[in-house]
Amino acid sequence: MNKLELMKTANEIRKGIVEAVHSAKSGHPGGSLSAADIFTYLYFEEMNIEPQNPKKEDRDRFVLSKGHTAPGLYSTLAHRGFFPVEDLKTLRHVGSYLQGHPDMKHIPGVDMSSGSLGQGISAAVGMALSAKLSNADYRVYTLLGDGEIQEGQVWEASMLAASRKLDNLVVIVDNNNLQIDGTIEEVNSPYPIDKKFEAFNFHVINIDGNDFDQIDAAFKEAKTIKGQPTAIIAKTIKGKGVSFMEDQVSWHGAAPNDEQFAIAMEDLKKAGEALCQM
Amino acid sequence: MSDVKKIATRESYGKALLELGKLHDDVVVLDADLACATKTGVFQKEFPERHIDCGIAESNMIGVAAGIATTGKVPFASSFAMFAAGRAFEQIRNSIGYPHLNVKIGATHAGISVGEDGATHQCNEDIALMRTIPGMVIINPSDGVEAEAAVKAAYEYVGPVYMRFGRFAIPVINDREDYKFELGKGVVLREGKDVTIIASGLPVAACLEAAERLAEDGIDAKVVNIHTIKPLDEELVIKSAKETGKVVTVEEHSVIGGLGSAVCDVLSENAPTKVMKIGVNDTFGESGPAAELIKKYGLDADSIYNKIKTFV
Repeated sequence: MNKLELMKTANEIRKGIVEAVHSAKSGHPGGSLSAADIFTYLYFEEMNIEPQNPKKEDRDRFVLSKGHTAPGLYSTLAHRGFFPVEDLKTLRHVGSYLQGHPDMKHIPGVDMSSGSLGQGISAAVGMALSAKLSNADYRVYTLLGDGEIQEGQVWEASMLAASRKLDNLVVIVDNNNLQIDGTIEEVNSPYPIDKKFEAFNFHVINIDGNDFDQIDAAFKEAKTIKGQPTAIIAKTIKGKGVSFMEDQVSWHGAAPNDEQFAIAMEDLKKAGEALCQM
Repeated sequence: MSDVKKIATRESYGKALLELGKLHDDVVVLDADLACATKTGVFQKEFPERHIDCGIAESNMIGVAAGIATTGKVPFASSFAMFAAGRAFEQIRNSIGYPHLNVKIGATHAGISVGEDGATHQCNEDIALMRTIPGMVIINPSDGVEAEAAVKAAYEYVGPVYMRFGRFAIPVINDREDYKFELGKGVVLREGKDVTIIASGLPVAACLEAAERLAEDGIDAKVVNIHTIKPLDEELVIKSAKETGKVVTVEEHSVIGGLGSAVCDVLSENAPTKVMKIGVNDTFGESGPAAELIKKYGLDADSIYNKIKTFV
């Protein structure tokens, strides 16, 4: 996909996020929207996957360590063809397979159940280790929140990943700067994030995580790194693409009402139309 | 019983892993800097590439094991019961239990028989914790023979299994030609009609001894060994309770939430029976030689015999 196609796809994925969360009357739009461009790049450009064969043995793996942004992952998987886009509206409804947090047992394309912060990265390390043991060449990607890295387990996992020289592992930190109780600096600052991963022997790349040129360059660079894992610190805007949600901590875990939903969809419709003019 | 052969079940864990490793390429063993103590060292020596020492980071080890299991290998995550079931409870619950991944947890140094290290390392709560996780199989073998068989059965079974082993060498009671381990099936070690002693793990041997002494007093005790605490052999528990009218449970675990509670859960609903729970009462352990602690906490044959005498 070229950059424009990726941008258009990401815009459609954002619509899916807003629709799903609106229908659920709960969920986490802010961090889903901030990471929408990264989700899009991973599933439409980077990863070796087959939507018709989601358990393909040599597929690349993705673990959404920041599992609460499941709407972002689900919308991406749906648009990529893993399951019907219409099903997004069943998010968080009783009986739906689209659980509030990723459920690998019931959702095609979900490689690991997650949601309790700090745990997904460990599973990703296990997958990458297993690939090394089998001499398999699949790669493993995991997306973490910047608040999530306050969890000690993240650093236990990072230490092991570098110690084991897992160059088939890419850790992405969605640095939207906000967590439930405020900015990450106000709550318990993890900054400097890049220096921390460097100290843990990662190859570190800082990017604007809402810019496809920079995302593309970062993942290409990661593939050239041998003998150590890569951490991509992606500076993003929480709520990106919906005017009233952008950089607003209150939209971490709240659903838009009908009126707000209409405004959000209008924002995304206009953004989509603008992209079609390009 | 000085002439009786004694083996610590953790030794059998290591031995069984080595055998499994030779037979199956998909066996991977993980440790958290305790390979010398969990006795997985024999596996590590033979298959260094398939042994992953995660360092002192049990929560991560459990998650790594979960990730490995998603790729089709069969990880055995090993640590002390306190750090596996205790520290990493939520990782076991969410990363292994919820997705029902094929991870085996080898938890050694369970119970007060840890000995000198004292209360911080004596896990009397692990069975209670693991029982609450849907789909978790819990095995608590009564000797080295059973422990080895249990590890192999755990490999064959697809799904999460928590295996509980001890540090202290205990008598071998299952060393017989026809011994067979069947997951989820209790074993009647002695028939009797006056009381059923339902025991698990370390004190099973002491229960057999206590039953012999009760017999001398004219009390005919049935002894049932429950190696699989979950799923519990409910049929055998109910049948035994109906036969003997009274039940005593014996375990090296808190009387809250362990075998005794599991038995009471079943009986209260299906065959209300008077039950005496023998185990570690609502208290922490302490430092001391394992044999002395077992006496002090009432899990030796003398104590079990005396308590049952007051009950029957």
